[in-house]
Amino acid sequence: MPMMPYVSPEQAMKDKADFARKGISRGRSVVAITTEDGVLFVAENASATLHKVSEIYDRIAFAAVGKYNEFEQLRVAGIRLADVKGYQYSREDVTGRALANAYANAMGATFTDSPKPLEVELLVAEVFPDTVELYHILYDGSITDEAGYVAIGGSADAIAETLKESFAPGMDRATALRTAVAALRRVEERDMEPSRLEVAGLSRQLGRRKFFRMTEDEVAAALADG
Amino acid sequence: MSDSWALQSHIIRPFDHGGSSFSELLRQITPPQQWEGSGQHVPTHVEGTTIVATTFAGGVIMAGDRRATAGNLISKRDMRKIFQTDRLSAVGISGSAGPAIELAKVFATELEHYEKVEGSELSLEGKANKLASMVRGNLPMAMQGLVVVPLFAGFDAREGTGRIFDFDVAGGRYEERRFSATGSGSLHARASLKARWEPELAADDAADLAVAALWDAADEDSATGGPDTVRGLYPIVARIDADGYVEYDEADVARRALAVAERRGNRLAAGGAPSSEDNPRPDARG
Repeated sequence: MPMMPYVSPEQAMKDKADFARKGISRGRSVVAITTEDGVLFVAENASATLHKVSEIYDRIAFAAVGKYNEFEQLRVAGIRLADVKGYQYSREDVTGRALANAYANAMGATFTDSPKPLEVELLVAEVFPDTVELYHILYDGSITDEAGYVAIGGSADAIAETLKESFAPGMDRATALRTAVAALRRVEERDMEPSRLEVAGLSRQLGRRKFFRMTEDEVAAALADG
Repeated sequence: MSDSWALQSHIIRPFDHGGSSFSELLRQITPPQQWEGSGQHVPTHVEGTTIVATTFAGGVIMAGDRRATAGNLISKRDMRKIFQTDRLSAVGISGSAGPAIELAKVFATELEHYEKVEGSELSLEGKANKLASMVRGNLPMAMQGLVVVPLFAGFDAREGTGRIFDFDVAGGRYEERRFSATGSGSLHARASLKARWEPELAADDAADLAVAALWDAADEDSATGGPDTVRGLYPIVARIDADGYVEYDEADVARRALAVAERRGNRLAAGGAPSSEDNPRPDARG
């Protein structure tokens, strides 16, 4: 029987974390900004159909970066969890916090148990009548709640640094979009065509389902306005 | 920890047949119900009554009365039996209220679940087929008397028309091109619609037709509620067309219902009751 070389737990975790971070940093970033009527997600995404931002439940949205098939599985699992919970109890009992915790636990368990950690980073947002909750979940299951704005993906830190200067609370949707795109453009140092942007979010103005998606034309119009 | 397990049990295997179906997911996570004393009828319970639907040029109208009965008693006077199931469809329920409302709830969740998971809506045909299989799934309960017979109507975005589907207890799915009715007063409602329906109706005329059909059903069927002027309760009337699902507001429906009552009243008035002097003895000769 071949002997496995000894690897200290510290080293094993570090290797996994490096691996996951490397995978995530290859992907393009997603920015979430709270606005006057909810939250706006802006993602650089060449595909018009393979979404990075999507609806989970009435007031809850999801955004992810990293490996598509992995976060797609997590997205569907989240929808299933939310729909079952809303069916078994009541629609208002489905919360972003519970969902974010479920993601954190599942990703943490995969990080420890599986030889390959998930190469994804997630955002879960929930809108309330006058606040927005933003949860940021890392590949190893660590979870933080963020206020105002957050960036995930390859250049997350640099984008967050840029947003720190330009972000103002209570921006309208178009201003928030321009702010996010300006930050992306500055950090990535390339042009952000509306056709390469995925813009979606949650708006309190909407009815039961608060999720919306902006079309390419709407994005182009909002960007041209500024 | 329980939440993590909850999520993990929701991670679907590739090529899972139940992939984007909510009702399939429910079936997997809830153990099948055991029915004691099968073959016996369930005790008296709340039942909903009459639903009508009619197409018009560019869409479909669905309307339902507000009465629920338990045996010979009226158990609820303001019941809702029309449920919007997604942007372009609605389901009307008749039969045992408990399982019927449950069916509408699971069905609406099913459509929304599919839309979120797949990123696109089901076709109207697909929605109707899914509902048919859910009605069929209710067959064991129907055998015991918990019969659920929905009426499904929606706007078919591909064809640009309103379409109506009715169902039988066994899950049979039948498309009606003009109008349909279900529930205890359906016979009378259908006859009323048959007498007046015309192709290419305007939406508001179709709404009037539906309200009149419910009035006719209520006039003949004790389990169907007519316009309740005392409590200000009138049928729920919904219109579905390319712009989506809209319900007529209460005052508008009240006006339409009272207009029907007026027209019928003028024709059907029995005159005053005969006085006791005029009232002949039962054995009097004609």
